[in-house]
Amino acid sequence: MIKLQKIHRNFQVGDQIVHALDDINLEIAQGEYVSVMGPSGSGKSTLLNLIGMLDHPSSGEYYLNDKNVTELGEVEEAQIRNKNIGFVFQAFHLVPRLSAAENIELPLMLAGIEPSIRDAKVSLALESLNLTERARHKPEQLSGGQRQRVAIARATITEPAVLLADEPTGNLDQKSGHDVMDILEALNQRGITLIMVTHDQSLGDRSARSIKMIDGRIESDNLNKIDHATVS
Amino acid sequence: MLINDFIKLTSSSLWAQKLRSFLTMIGIAVGIAAVVLLTSIGEGVHKYILAEFTQFGTTIVGINPGKTTTMGLSVGVFGSVRPLSIEDAEALKRLPFAESVVGLVQGNAEIEGNKRTRRTTVYGSGHDLPNAFNMPVRLGRFLPKDDPVAPRAFAVLGSKVKQELFGNTNPLGQRIRIGGDRYRVIGVMESKGQVLGFDLDDTVYIPLARGLELFNREGLIEIDVLYREGVPVDKVVAGIKRVLTARHGREDFTITTQEQMLDVLGSILNVLTIAVGAIGGISLLVGAIGIITIMTINVNERTAEIGLIRALGGRHSQILFLFLGEAIVLSAIGGLFGLILGIGIGQLLGLFIPALPIHTPWIFVIMAEVMAILIGLAAGVVPALYAAKLDPIEALRAE
Repeated sequence: MIKLQKIHRNFQVGDQIVHALDDINLEIAQGEYVSVMGPSGSGKSTLLNLIGMLDHPSSGEYYLNDKNVTELGEVEEAQIRNKNIGFVFQAFHLVPRLSAAENIELPLMLAGIEPSIRDAKVSLALESLNLTERARHKPEQLSGGQRQRVAIARATITEPAVLLADEPTGNLDQKSGHDVMDILEALNQRGITLIMVTHDQSLGDRSARSIKMIDGRIESDNLNKIDHATVS
Repeated sequence: MLINDFIKLTSSSLWAQKLRSFLTMIGIAVGIAAVVLLTSIGEGVHKYILAEFTQFGTTIVGINPGKTTTMGLSVGVFGSVRPLSIEDAEALKRLPFAESVVGLVQGNAEIEGNKRTRRTTVYGSGHDLPNAFNMPVRLGRFLPKDDPVAPRAFAVLGSKVKQELFGNTNPLGQRIRIGGDRYRVIGVMESKGQVLGFDLDDTVYIPLARGLELFNREGLIEIDVLYREGVPVDKVVAGIKRVLTARHGREDFTITTQEQMLDVLGSILNVLTIAVGAIGGISLLVGAIGIITIMTINVNERTAEIGLIRALGGRHSQILFLFLGEAIVLSAIGGLFGLILGIGIGQLLGLFIPALPIHTPWIFVIMAEVMAILIGLAAGVVPALYAAKLDPIEALRAE
């Protein structure tokens, strides 16, 4: 469903050109569980942003569901992000003045969906992530694990096909981190394509497929031996 | 996005920064209050001055001798101006639309009465004057309808002259001397107050022909024609021109209609109102700068939120409108505060200083609020555009 062809992404830093992505060719099928690992500056976040259509390649082509989305207009891109792509960030990025439920509702608000439809979806999402009690709480009243669960609920409220997670456990203690990973993997088992950027080798080992990046290139792309139930 | 959600998102962010939002609104409120208050005073003065001028009635046309023109030849060739005479005034009385015709001659003379002397303004005039100028008689009666050329020696006193000469005693029937001639007092005028520095009560009225004689003048300084209401002023002017041109042989007089005077006066006073409004506008400008500042801070503080909204599928335009919306809400509510403040202070001033004329027309109130909203729009555009154009990746990195 995701197909990257000869993707280059260059940045101008001072008078130097940095190749953040250097001739990337990558295909990811629907429902895959992919981890992207590599040292800082290897281009893994750039790759994730590009797949999430927040960034654009300097050259090359990006197909999403067999549609070339490399050069869409701003409005269409926003629409695709809203409907097909969910983001989970290391820093959660919850809107501090909105309650947990309102944060989850945000993508539906932006899409202009009627409150009656929204309410049902939001309460379902809260329930499945064990957040019903916390629905009216502001982010500052939630623990880190709860915040990331709210963020996951928000990322999946529009039922996207792809979930992009950038160091989703980076700001969490080990136990919360495990909980969050369990949730993400459970979503993947139900069919969502999960692409996760991480530093953590142990997290990388949990995925069915792991991609290693160095200096903007894909260094290795392996299928892992899975020692727990994971569907690729 | 649905309008309700738009309002919710906008108001929640303003509410999250209550103090800051409130102070910004105060900035706009003070500006709007200043504009409303100053224009109210300007408009009040406008109305007050127009009322001063129209207290003599609006259906009046004044005729003065001489015509202001520029000629190629020496004025002397054609230029002898015939004075306006009592006969001219009598002729004008025969015009069908003329309700009253008042000839006027004016000068200073010494009045002697009740063993006191006072120098004062003396008007030579006719029996129609109280009617034409809305000047009621308080005591006795006004000058009678005498033979215009040889009237009897009657005088009517202005209220101040009466007070100065006769105090509280009844002056009716008393003899006074004006410039050496003897007159009998037959009336006292109602007090009229001052108009632009002229004390209308420090006056004495005597018959026109005697006034001419007293001041040794050939002609009248002015003839005023009060015409019937509803008659078009053009017709009145044409009628007067025809009669006087026939009598003088040419147009050697100037006709000034009350309407013309009020037009000129009104436009001068409008400039006054606009000028004081503009002074208030300066404080509005300061308020607008406050909005720009706060909105810029807002955008900077919420950079990560902007990136997030983009990632969640928010469009440029949605971010633009969210921030513009906040600026407009700030200025609109600030504007409402300002209206309440401005009108409130105006009413208070009116209560404590009744002499200060204050008038707030509704159109000013609506215009001020519209102006507040436009200012919010203008002040919000730059920060909102900046927010909409942020690179989402850079924005998400900020925290």
